[in-house]
Amino acid sequence: MITPDHLTSTAPTGGGASPAPAVELRGITKAYPGVVANDDIDLSVYAGEVHGLLGENGAGKSTLMSILSGMVQPDAGTIRVGGQEVSITSPRKALELGIGTVYQHLTLVPTLTVLENLMMGSGSALLDFGGARARFDELVATLGARIDPNAVASTLSLGELQQVEIVKALWRETRILVLDEPTSMLTPQGVTELQGVMQRLKDSGIAIIFITHKLHEAIEIGDRVSILKAGRRVGGIEPDELRARTPDELKTRIIDTMFGEGAAQLAGVAEMEVHTEEGGHHRELSGEVALELIDLSVDGGADEASVHDMTLSVHRGEILGIAGVDGNGQRQLAQAIAGQRPISGGDIRLEGSSIRKLGVPDRQRRGIGYVTDDRLHEGTVLDMSVAMNIVLKRIGERPFWRRGAIRQQEIDAFARDLVQRYEVRTPSVETNIGTLSGGNIQKVLLARELAFDPKLILYNKPTYGLDVKTASFVRSQIREQAEQGITVIVISTELDELVALCDRIAVMSSGRLTGVVDNGAGAHARVGELMLA
Amino acid sequence: MSNVVTEPPVVAPVEAPPAPRRPLTRLEPVVQAIVPVLLSILASGVLLAILGRDPFAFYGNILHNGLLTDFGVQQSIVRMATLLLLAGGLIVAFRANLWNIGGDGQWLLAAAFVAGIAPSVVGGLGMAVGLPLMIVIGAVVGAAWTIVPAVLKAYYGVNEIITTLMMNFVGIALANILVKGPFLTDKPGVPRTEILPLDQRLPMLGGSQIHAGIIVAVAMMLVIHVVMTRTPLGLRLRVLGSNHRAAVHLGLRPQRLTLIAFAASGALIGMSGAVSMLGDWGSFRADFNPAYGLLMVPVVFLARMNALATIAFVALFAVIQIGGDTATRLADLPTAFILVLVGLLLFFMTITEFHRVRRQRRLAVASRAPRSAGAEEVR
Repeated sequence: MITPDHLTSTAPTGGGASPAPAVELRGITKAYPGVVANDDIDLSVYAGEVHGLLGENGAGKSTLMSILSGMVQPDAGTIRVGGQEVSITSPRKALELGIGTVYQHLTLVPTLTVLENLMMGSGSALLDFGGARARFDELVATLGARIDPNAVASTLSLGELQQVEIVKALWRETRILVLDEPTSMLTPQGVTELQGVMQRLKDSGIAIIFITHKLHEAIEIGDRVSILKAGRRVGGIEPDELRARTPDELKTRIIDTMFGEGAAQLAGVAEMEVHTEEGGHHRELSGEVALELIDLSVDGGADEASVHDMTLSVHRGEILGIAGVDGNGQRQLAQAIAGQRPISGGDIRLEGSSIRKLGVPDRQRRGIGYVTDDRLHEGTVLDMSVAMNIVLKRIGERPFWRRGAIRQQEIDAFARDLVQRYEVRTPSVETNIGTLSGGNIQKVLLARELAFDPKLILYNKPTYGLDVKTASFVRSQIREQAEQGITVIVISTELDELVALCDRIAVMSSGRLTGVVDNGAGAHARVGELMLA
Repeated sequence: MSNVVTEPPVVAPVEAPPAPRRPLTRLEPVVQAIVPVLLSILASGVLLAILGRDPFAFYGNILHNGLLTDFGVQQSIVRMATLLLLAGGLIVAFRANLWNIGGDGQWLLAAAFVAGIAPSVVGGLGMAVGLPLMIVIGAVVGAAWTIVPAVLKAYYGVNEIITTLMMNFVGIALANILVKGPFLTDKPGVPRTEILPLDQRLPMLGGSQIHAGIIVAVAMMLVIHVVMTRTPLGLRLRVLGSNHRAAVHLGLRPQRLTLIAFAASGALIGMSGAVSMLGDWGSFRADFNPAYGLLMVPVVFLARMNALATIAFVALFAVIQIGGDTATRLADLPTAFILVLVGLLLFFMTITEFHRVRRQRRLAVASRAPRSAGAEEVR
């Protein structure tokens, strides 16, 4: 049962003679000007247990992690490690206390070997290769991993790199391991492997704090779950509870806790967990081909992924997903279709005619819309108003400009209408778009593409970083567009999302198309396999 | 004295839901521009006192000789014409986030070319056709000198700060070669171009010493203002300047915009050189280089690249330059002391700007909190 935090947070399992928690946070509060990032948070993490920390973006997970790793000092509250009250004044102090952190982004130096990377924090004047090698072998055995200590970091796969990051976090007698969204860059197989690693760490008595924004992961992986919302711990699930209930019951309860009683019944929110829908929809596909990629190649240069010889047809009114681990050429593909990036070979055809030589504006005029994955740095001009951002793809056109002069009233009226229809929360259309939340900015971008009768819309990670409600709003918008005959391509690294949305899912790996899967039973596993192909 | 102005505006309480527009918000850019001016005057005053000069007399002299005498005010306005066009050229480029630092090369080359051919062209075609034509030629020369950096930037992404700076050296040398070569007169003394007769220069306004250049300059500034704020081209340049990736995404043809912005920038700077020759000097002397281009960079920043605000700041700057000429001589200081004042101005500008950005960031964080909390209540 989910109970208010003051009842559950400090009560040990079973209420009996449980050991003291490995880490105990009491009343942790951290305020930034205008924002209380952590508000009176109590949290206990026990040895040999995975404590799932669940919350949306901005719920305060990162701040809490920064406090534990010594990067940020709390304004109030106490931290006990192994029963002793401590103050974690620096990252070095955190390591000394046995707290290791694996960050969401990689921290390894790509040109050094694995072992060199691990020895970087060494305090002694001379590097002790022998000692390091022994420690490495010991930790790798604990993890059950197979990593070559002399491999250069840049040659490892993402999963292997993450294992090295974990080894690095465990390097100094670590008893408490903080994992920040560790599954975000892994394939489904990689997640399974990580789960195995975490199981072994648990068995060796390490306390793990597992930060995630994915509900099902928190339930599957965590032995205990705490839910953060707007800086507060709004509830938690105890181990007994976690074992006794079915996953669906747990999900409903968590959603209710996060969004209020009954929220799980709202169609849009329940859809956050999309497994149940798998294979649920079968739409008749139009035979008409809207977009054709023929042996498409895009040269990403030295710094970016390339696309090689992709051949793919997308039908009118279809929702085609493009799955793959991030950075396998998806962005380059999207930019090539939108016209933002020259192609180095092959052809792109829209309704039978080649658009290879057309620039972005011409492709826009032919009805291609592109909602970028980087809504802050590419999709919008942050220091311009919401209204202006809405018409930026129509500069100089009627009715917003006439005889070369801007008509602000027309633009504002047009924007006000869209803001209302897409439920954008903004004080006014004159507000700088940079002051809006990510979800509201995304709604503006949707409105901008849809306002001008598109034929095909390309979405790159459309719900990335959005709260559950906005994400579900975006997904229902995408479905609606397809119903209206708009062709939709959705690029996403969230496999669940693609399974919930798409008619077919194409899979990219190392810039190549490794397969196209008809959505339905078993699609999830099949796509996962193709991601590694 | 300046604490009163610099004090950060009172932050609206966080719990007030639709944060009302703070009364100081509108005035902030003005405050932001005036504070560094006051601070630099104060600091230079201290410096003057240390050097044993009377700062009040010094500033009094600047004001008197730059603004309060008939001759001074006319000189200042004449100087404004040249500086305004130059500043306008910088605005166009800077707004597009293109750092045209090579204004002096473009200016001198245009000036040398115009001075070299003006006597024969104006003499041959008459003033009504000849003078406007010479201004256009100045614009073309200035624009031409930006082609290399513009193409390198647009198509190869070469840093324009370096290329325009390099082209500066070449431009200055080329201007001197022109003056000492094809355009050289056989008059004795410093090598120079033939002098444009006084009665063939830009006409004076209503019996004053102010030539028509100021009309050209102010008109161009108004055009720049309208183009930048009201027209599609201006918006495209602003988007390009604000976020290059967005410009690509939105389909604005950044390469073409880069060429346009550079060409317009060079053209305005070339016009400035032409107006200076046709109105002020009438002839180009070898090794002439007033280096107005670099001096206008801080002024344009101070005016936040707003064309109308630039008019005000250029006026101030012209007065300081003209008045400072006499004031430094009277105080027995090198004329370079004016540069100290300008340098301090830049210094304080940077500091105030730093504070502004920091405060804005804090306010942005503060204003986001109540909104997300409020959103939950609504639903």
